[in-house]
Amino acid sequence: MIGSQNVVKVGIAQMDLVHSPATIRTSGLGSCVGVVIYDSTKGIAGLIHIMLPSSSLAKAGQVTTAKFADTGIPALIEQLKLTGASPYRMKAKLAGGAQMFQFANANDTMRIGPRNVEAVLEELKKYSIPVLGKDTGGNSGRTIEFNPETCLLNIRTVNQGVKDI
Amino acid sequence: MTNQITSFHLDVLKEIGNIGAAHAATALSGLLQTKIDMKVPAVEIVTFNDMVERGGGAEKVVAGTYLQIDGDANGGMFFILPVEQANRFIRKLIHDEQFDLQKSENQELGVSAMQELGNILSGSYLSALSDFTGLKIYPTPPALSVDMFGAIISFGLIELSQVSDHVVVIDTSIFEESMEQSEQVNGHFFLLPNPESFQSIFKALGVE
Repeated sequence: MIGSQNVVKVGIAQMDLVHSPATIRTSGLGSCVGVVIYDSTKGIAGLIHIMLPSSSLAKAGQVTTAKFADTGIPALIEQLKLTGASPYRMKAKLAGGAQMFQFANANDTMRIGPRNVEAVLEELKKYSIPVLGKDTGGNSGRTIEFNPETCLLNIRTVNQGVKDI
Repeated sequence: MTNQITSFHLDVLKEIGNIGAAHAATALSGLLQTKIDMKVPAVEIVTFNDMVERGGGAEKVVAGTYLQIDGDANGGMFFILPVEQANRFIRKLIHDEQFDLQKSENQELGVSAMQELGNILSGSYLSALSDFTGLKIYPTPPALSVDMFGAIISFGLIELSQVSDHVVVIDTSIFEESMEQSEQVNGHFFLLPNPESFQSIFKALGVE
């Protein structure tokens, strides 16, 4: 079975869940942040690809839950609970929040990566979910894949190779 | 706003992509002494994830030049080259057949050539756009990143994502004439106007 196992792919401003032995991945994180919340005992993991820190930034009426840290993280926790994960066993790992372009005049949009990371950490703290690994900031894009069986988050970059956290 | 845009409006936007990219292609052709051709622009309303597919997928390694536009119209503009094609252009520009953007040593000259190429091409695109519409637009100095396409393009979607889950993209491909068959080496101009700018663009062109 090795090599033919299922990989669930998550796009921008989306989230999804997997049960082991399937893995879950999201590709091309720049200033966006990929957050994995998992329950190792149950072998369940959820991944969300967050674009923006807060739904208060939304200028239009409708809010896409998974786009924002403050709406996406609670929604992901809720979905994990519904599939049997225990909130007391949940742990988190995250990656992303890079600054892809270096501009001379850094305004708020330029700093979106670090702001996303801050917002995610704050939200996880609110739900008392410990962060067991993170690889954030810098100026490289990342592709991440989480395996609920090993609880390792594999991080691939173009310029800085591959690592597991 | 995006749901008030009809297919007629999309056709008008195509003309912008046409004129902008034609000027840029001429500039590129002059710089490289090579024939550069372009495709008919595509103007579509797409989701963020479809936008990522337009550039060859989230993980495709590209050289991306990005700038923001201010003034009568706001938005972002990308000039995206697959890294192999960027290398080909740079090698011609600096007369160094060994140059590779993905190798770490002796990068400076090639990277600066790529930056300059991005400046010139996005500059000619935007000045043609400004002449055609009569709109005053002020681009920020362009910035370059060589990385995964998904990581690069998502940065330009940040402003838009606060308003919508869709983006109106004006996409024009350019390619070396001898390499038309190979979709892999197409360069792309992506013009991504902010939603509130469409009114001014259409008004400037006499379309309501």
